[in-house]
Amino acid sequence: MPVKIGALKETTEGEARVAVTPSSAAHLQKLGHEVLVQSQAGLGAGFSDAQYERAGVTVLPDAQALIAAADIVVKVRPPAAAELDRLQAGQTLISFFYPGQNTDLLDRARDRGVNVLAMDMVPRISRAQKMDALSSMANIAGYRAVIEAANNFGRFFTGQVTAAGKVPPAKVLVVGAGVAGLAAIGAATSLGAQVHAFDVRPEVAEQIESMGAEFVYLDFQDAQDGSATGGYAKPSSPEFAAKQLEKFRELAPDMDIVITTALIPGRPAPKLWTADMVAMMKPGSVVVDLAAERGGNCDLTVPDQRIVSDNGVIVIGYTDFPSRMAAQSSELYGNNVRHMIADLTPGKNGEIVHNMDDDVIRGATVTHGGDITYPPPPPKVQAIAAAKPRERARELTPEERRATEIAAFRQQTRSQVGMLAAGAAVMLLIGLVAPASFLSHFIVFVLACFIGFTVIWNVAHSLHTPLMAITNAISSIVIVGALMQIGSGSPWVMLLAALAVLMTAVNIFGGFLVTRRMLAMFQKS
Amino acid sequence: METTVITTAPAGADPVVSHAAPGIVEALPAYGFTTAAYVVAAVLFILSLGGLSGQESAKRAVWYGIAGMALAVAATLVGPGSGNWLLSLVMIAVGGAGGYVLATRVQMTDMPQLVAAMHSLVGLAAVFIGLNAQIELGRVVRARLNGASDVFHGFAAVLAHKTPAELAMLKVEVALGVFIGAVTFTGSIVAYGKLSGKIDGKPKKLRGGHMTNLGAALAALLFTVLYVAGIGPALLWLVLILLLAGFIGWTLIMGIGGADMPVVVSMLNSYSGWAAAMIGFTLSNDLLIVTGALVGSSGAILSYIMCRAMNRSFISVILGGFGGEAGPAMAIEGEQVAIDAEGVAQALNDADSVVIVPGYGMAVAQAQQSVSELTRKLRAAGKSVRFAIHPVAGRLPGHMNVLLAEAKVPYDIVLEMDEINDDFPDTDVVIVIGSNDIVNPAAQDDPNSPIAGMPVLEVWKAKNVFVSKRGQGTGYSGIENPLFFKENTRMFYGDAKKSVDALLPMIE
Repeated sequence: MPVKIGALKETTEGEARVAVTPSSAAHLQKLGHEVLVQSQAGLGAGFSDAQYERAGVTVLPDAQALIAAADIVVKVRPPAAAELDRLQAGQTLISFFYPGQNTDLLDRARDRGVNVLAMDMVPRISRAQKMDALSSMANIAGYRAVIEAANNFGRFFTGQVTAAGKVPPAKVLVVGAGVAGLAAIGAATSLGAQVHAFDVRPEVAEQIESMGAEFVYLDFQDAQDGSATGGYAKPSSPEFAAKQLEKFRELAPDMDIVITTALIPGRPAPKLWTADMVAMMKPGSVVVDLAAERGGNCDLTVPDQRIVSDNGVIVIGYTDFPSRMAAQSSELYGNNVRHMIADLTPGKNGEIVHNMDDDVIRGATVTHGGDITYPPPPPKVQAIAAAKPRERARELTPEERRATEIAAFRQQTRSQVGMLAAGAAVMLLIGLVAPASFLSHFIVFVLACFIGFTVIWNVAHSLHTPLMAITNAISSIVIVGALMQIGSGSPWVMLLAALAVLMTAVNIFGGFLVTRRMLAMFQKS
Repeated sequence: METTVITTAPAGADPVVSHAAPGIVEALPAYGFTTAAYVVAAVLFILSLGGLSGQESAKRAVWYGIAGMALAVAATLVGPGSGNWLLSLVMIAVGGAGGYVLATRVQMTDMPQLVAAMHSLVGLAAVFIGLNAQIELGRVVRARLNGASDVFHGFAAVLAHKTPAELAMLKVEVALGVFIGAVTFTGSIVAYGKLSGKIDGKPKKLRGGHMTNLGAALAALLFTVLYVAGIGPALLWLVLILLLAGFIGWTLIMGIGGADMPVVVSMLNSYSGWAAAMIGFTLSNDLLIVTGALVGSSGAILSYIMCRAMNRSFISVILGGFGGEAGPAMAIEGEQVAIDAEGVAQALNDADSVVIVPGYGMAVAQAQQSVSELTRKLRAAGKSVRFAIHPVAGRLPGHMNVLLAEAKVPYDIVLEMDEINDDFPDTDVVIVIGSNDIVNPAAQDDPNSPIAGMPVLEVWKAKNVFVSKRGQGTGYSGIENPLFFKENTRMFYGDAKKSVDALLPMIE
């Protein structure tokens, strides 16, 4: 009896996403499950009932029928109280749940005996990234924020020099470089804007720079570590916050676009973009506040509204960015959900195992078997290692650089002259004792060493093994010595010389042949 | 070539010399052709080594080497001092046949052993030639004492017109040649044994350690002095030097572990060159000197490159063992997470850029063909696949390159450490196959680590790292690898070949 997974149509107004798409349904079926969907659930995201049916999904007419038939109910937004009340004991619900804010809902779910897996509670560890719906939605929100900003900004993002005149690039400030912030940075830089980004966690500076934005450094002594467990930000000290606002005031007049994404888990969004900063901005500038749902980072933000300030700055406080790209976000959310279900189906045989010893499943489960299991024990590993205090290499002034170069040159000259002098002294000593005939050979020897050193340095690293094989063959040139001795009158000499010829012959033939064999193998693609 | 005749011998010199004079002059044939041929051969050898700077020119370079060698041998056979053609040719034919069989049958994974074995042959040949020089010298000196006017043939003829100072110098050269040759011989045999698994690869310390070796070296020095000074039985001293040198070579290499073999083999390569150069001095043969110096410096540079790649001094490698730890190693947090072939395959299918880091483990498992097949499939799927080769990966400099070339991996996607290290942050998937220390982040992060400062491949900067490894355990240096505990690392346990083969059908 396969487990039935049913996707509800979202009831929240304006919510266009759906928790199962035709393509994620196919993956779920591969796990041995049966997939159901409420009629018209995917319409907002562009998936018709016919598409679902083609994917082998059973379409049920209404929510009641679906909940009655399904073992696991999946949706996007937290359930409405009425929806929750329809669920039976033992049924499993997978959706966003925000158990921290929705304690009533949590109690209700416990009372109904429903097992709830909250997609927003998936721990932030690498193994769980594939089901991290918060990140996948934040990624879309960050991208969409830039698109909304561009839509409301009456200018180019990219700088251009046209026949009609020069257009400067738009200056974008992204506050908070979480997933959404980084996505916004990526989208804005690829549109050609000059992007600056700020975050209280110093360790993300590298990520920001890797995305092509400039990290806004705060000149703050004993810069605090603003990251808490799980890679999220934690509240900053008052001094730090003041310094931060001062920096923003300095930047505000220059910025065309400001995208704020600062959120602290379980708290209202910090006010980072104050009314006076908005007042300092140029008319036509745009502020997009991704934290609007939690009160907003900007003083002027009105959730779900686009407002225009007195000085003509547009402040966007939409809260439904992912839903505005419903096809994409449903696809990603659907994948997150199916990865979650895949983890719940370890045998890939259509059998659900709710393993509470698994870190990820344990973390996401907020009610189980009639008990509230929220909050979960803290995750064992930190998402991002605490930043090591990093010394920023001081830029050398041209004079200093010149001075170090001169010093290095002197040092080199000194060591070279020293070595030459020592070598010359040794040569003189040898010259004093050694016969002239030896010295003429010695010159040849020294010159050959020099040639050897210069030639060998140019040998490609990948050819070092052939080099060894060929030098092996060449060093068997001692065969010449053996050949000169083999004609000697002494039988002993003849024997030893003959053996030497034999061994070196093995080497010569073997060495050259094996080198040839190796070199013939090196082929270009 | 030395052509001065003994009439220039200083007054008061051994009167015997002039007695031998008539014989010698007769024995001195024309050197012109041979010397000219030697010059050409030396130039060809230099061109041959220089040609190895690129894969394509290298194919021509081998022919230069072969031509040079053929010319040198032919010139020697027709030139002065040779004799016994029949024996020479038979020996060359027999040896050549042996070499042919060896070269065509050897597996590419066995190259390190083969190279080591060949070094031992050069070393032994050098020893024999050195001994011969002494025997001939003895004959010449005896003949002089007897006042006989024999006509010496071959090498003896060259010896017969040396001044006493030159003879002393000759003895120094013989002693050095025999010493280096013997160290090369026994050292290479041990290296061969260790590389082929016939001798346990672990470093074995002699009781008394390096002091015993030092003592042996001092004794060899003493015998050299006695030998050169002409006190006592010269041949006996030479044999004693030979035995002591052999002992030193044996114990020295026994004390060095398997993973340091790239340095050892290139060092022995260098020694075989120096031995040839010494023989060249003994025989007053410039071709031998030039060639020996070329080979010697080649091996020396290779050893230097290997040592630099391990951030260790040559001395510390040769004396064996890692330096003492400077302090407690950094604690490693996290756990090793295993993954199955399906997970790796999925990551590979999702990836755009893949870098493969092969190590000795790939050679042991003979996985290069499977790796090549994997590469072919991934490239066919439009992914960028490259190889990152650490200079000391494998047991021979450039070992991995040869194995991959044998498996038909195009050489232009096989990159050196310096070429690829900056690209890891943009890489989606890194597969580490059978390497450990060369991808150990402790070398950069932990100043107390025994390998601190060693340049390593920064694979951990990639998005995903899969480590194919036989089981949990430490690498050659015996230190834990924090890479295995990183968040983005997954352990793909199992025999490298079987693991990669399991992946193949799952790559779309």
